[in-house]
Amino acid sequence: MDLTLKVWRQNGPQDAGRMETYPVSDVSPDMSFLEMMDMMNDQIIRSGGDPVAFDHDCREGICGMCSMFINGEAHGPNRGTTTCQLHMRSFKDGDTITIEPWRASAFPVVKDLAVDRSSFDRVIQSGGYISVNTSGETLDANAIPVPKGQADDAFSAATCIGCGACVATCKNASAMLFVSAKVSQFALLPQGQPERATRVQRMVEQMDKEGFGNCTNTGACAVECPKGIDLSNIARMNRDYLSASALEE
Amino acid sequence: MLESKIPSGPLAEKWTSHKDHINLVNPANKRLIDIIVVGTGLAGSSASASLAEMGYNVKAFCFQDSPRRAHSIAAQGGINAAKNYQNDGDSVYRLFYDTVKGGDYRSREANVHRLAEVSTSIIDQCVAQGVPFAREYGGLLDNRSFGGVQVSRTFYAKGQTGQQLLLGAYSALSRQISKGKVEMFTRHEMMDVVVVDGKCRGIIARNLITGELERHTAHAVVLASGGYGNVFYLSTNAMGSNVSAAWKAHKKGAYMANPCFTQIHPTCIPVSGEHQSKLTLMSESLRNDGRIWVPAKKEDAEAIRKGTKRATDIAEEDRDYYLERRYPAFGNLVPRDVASRAAKERCDEGFGVNETGEAVFLDYASAFLRYGKTEANIRGLSNPSQGEIIDLGKQVVKAKYGNLFDMYKQIAADDPYETPMKIYPAVHYTMGGLWVDYNLMTSVPGLYATGESNFSDHGANRLGASALMQGLADGYFVLPYTIGDYLSDDIRTGTLSSDSPEFEAAEKGVQDRIDQLVNNNGTKPVDDFHRRLGRIMWSECGMSRNEAGLKQAISDIRALREEFFRDVRVPGTAGEFNPELDKAGRVADFLELGELMCKDALERRESCGGHFREEFRTPEGEALRDDENFAFVSAWEYTGDPSDATLHKEDLKFENIELKQRSYK
Repeated sequence: MDLTLKVWRQNGPQDAGRMETYPVSDVSPDMSFLEMMDMMNDQIIRSGGDPVAFDHDCREGICGMCSMFINGEAHGPNRGTTTCQLHMRSFKDGDTITIEPWRASAFPVVKDLAVDRSSFDRVIQSGGYISVNTSGETLDANAIPVPKGQADDAFSAATCIGCGACVATCKNASAMLFVSAKVSQFALLPQGQPERATRVQRMVEQMDKEGFGNCTNTGACAVECPKGIDLSNIARMNRDYLSASALEE
Repeated sequence: MLESKIPSGPLAEKWTSHKDHINLVNPANKRLIDIIVVGTGLAGSSASASLAEMGYNVKAFCFQDSPRRAHSIAAQGGINAAKNYQNDGDSVYRLFYDTVKGGDYRSREANVHRLAEVSTSIIDQCVAQGVPFAREYGGLLDNRSFGGVQVSRTFYAKGQTGQQLLLGAYSALSRQISKGKVEMFTRHEMMDVVVVDGKCRGIIARNLITGELERHTAHAVVLASGGYGNVFYLSTNAMGSNVSAAWKAHKKGAYMANPCFTQIHPTCIPVSGEHQSKLTLMSESLRNDGRIWVPAKKEDAEAIRKGTKRATDIAEEDRDYYLERRYPAFGNLVPRDVASRAAKERCDEGFGVNETGEAVFLDYASAFLRYGKTEANIRGLSNPSQGEIIDLGKQVVKAKYGNLFDMYKQIAADDPYETPMKIYPAVHYTMGGLWVDYNLMTSVPGLYATGESNFSDHGANRLGASALMQGLADGYFVLPYTIGDYLSDDIRTGTLSSDSPEFEAAEKGVQDRIDQLVNNNGTKPVDDFHRRLGRIMWSECGMSRNEAGLKQAISDIRALREEFFRDVRVPGTAGEFNPELDKAGRVADFLELGELMCKDALERRESCGGHFREEFRTPEGEALRDDENFAFVSAWEYTGDPSDATLHKEDLKFENIELKQRSYK
């Protein structure tokens, strides 16, 4: 396949940035999107240019590092897929593909398509954990049975990879889906109960401090989430936040 | 001299008695001691969190944009622990025995026993942290089986166990970051270790965003920087996984142990073309229920390769379930090295089933039927049709392995619920690594290595679901105690200064290397060299090795390395975000490591575990060990050129397990 790529170039957070056009030819449909990007960079390097910077690592859809807005959609056209798992067979010969970074004020651009998502880490640091020391001297793992349904729901919430597609997709750049997934994981487990109220309050406070926008429940985040994190997590977080605030008063 | 420091006394009491007698650092003194941890995978995150909880000041480093992205995140199948929840006769001894046997008797008994002992605490700890392991309907934890064992001791969270365990360790780490006890440096790469007066006293790190070099001092440095499978270019490792931290330590005096012991995982998605940048694993847990086969007739294999026949066209009696045939006792659950070699043997004989001839089938048809029948019984369906049973079975399989089936479909563009998956072995893990003593200290005082970066627990072949166990065991339960033994002598040292000739020299060395790379003005991108190195390693130092091939590989790698420094092109400058420069530094180290791996493989004139020398095999084609001459750890000392490394031998003593030929028949 022969393709035309329109790629966002930005030399650091202060640069205004611009789109640049790169033709690529002989793209195999079996290539992943990132392998196609490798091919483009290979051409740029051989011709003495500056390759496009982008984040990637595991290339199997689990580390959450890859982050591209492809033709106006986070991680491209397919559902339940990260950019690294998107294959070129999803495109046609002659296509023009537009590639941009995540855009959100809480995710400043590092260079080109790579952004700084450390705001997510700070939200987790504000309370996204259970406060037990790692001595191993805890209860036997089977001392507290957890109903299977609840354990499965906690697991589903916990599968969030922290890629930031939800923020990039949201018209308000809200991080509610990401934050609520972590809040829900612990809210659904008996081990998470002692800190349930303080956890949700601290994490929401930190989320607001980082400059993420507000949630209007339009649900685009859940549609674009590569891991299918459910919108009901946001409802659970809102309920927990409300009851935690009521308890406080 | 290699001093393994294995405690005396009976095997089962060594660890307890060692902990009882180890020197401690009191809480007030811990506050005066700084520790650097490089890497934030399972071993690094858990070590950082634990050390900080104990009171030490920790600085943690990772090259990714967040500690949560370290490659432990991608581990799929599970984590072993001798809990015996299934009442199938499991015990600490059995986990110990299986691991030593699985490693083909090339690991240290005392280390492995300690690993088995602490395995049960890992599960308790993780559940307390909110790790959502799979559960049964009664609310208790579920288990499954992995290769090389005959019990069900593997705890799991669908096909995302590594993710859940790492997020658990990351949450513990995040808690300590919020308290200010861990200072976290993301997008930082360790460029060198600094040794002052014979003790490791810090590192030179590079800020990958600005390109600035930084000096960081510490009373001890812990490497948790993972394995070096990416030396093969194509592997299941992440793109950024690298040997550089360990290799820099090696150049500063840390011995590299058994570097030729690499694990080729039998069930990966086959290579699709030249463009391929990495390979994807299909979890070993799939071998619980899937059956591996190739056509029994060559003409059927040829027809499948040409596309004139499909897998489902081959009658049951014309299929060769070669693992079940060759290894009836363990069947599809033989260890990884055995399963990989058996797949290669069939494909080499002309029975491969994809265009390249390098693939075998992993078939779920009989699992759909088996699970479907049970599910029909549970639901009280009378006389269900075959179609209904299969549909029910698919639902059960989906609940267990859904994400893996989805992943296969995305990559291979083929529906594994309808036709068998095609799989082939690929590089996955490295058992070799930095030599460490019982306390996990390398041959450089004050420099430690944990998790995949050390060599200690898996011998010549690692059993499935044991890497997660080792990473967390080292980080949560071993290193935090053993490091005190060394640091107790350091309580009067006080604050360290980086304003010293040693730091100056180390930083200059790093700067010189970077300048050399960015100013090289060559013509070929870094990947070009990495790919070629990978091809040499895979063909000569991969699933089977021989003397002539290894010798050729050594000279080819030397030539490639020379060409790399002459002709590599690194765009951009040193003072900016420059992923190509990061990659160039890592590939330069792989080009040296590869040579040492071949040298190690050449000198180990026996076959064991993942190291299969064609000259040394039994009449049935199994690995033929030579315990008389090779029951030792090869620990290599760097002397200026990988091929000139000096060999130090640590003899392995087996006092509790009888050495015998490993049999899974």
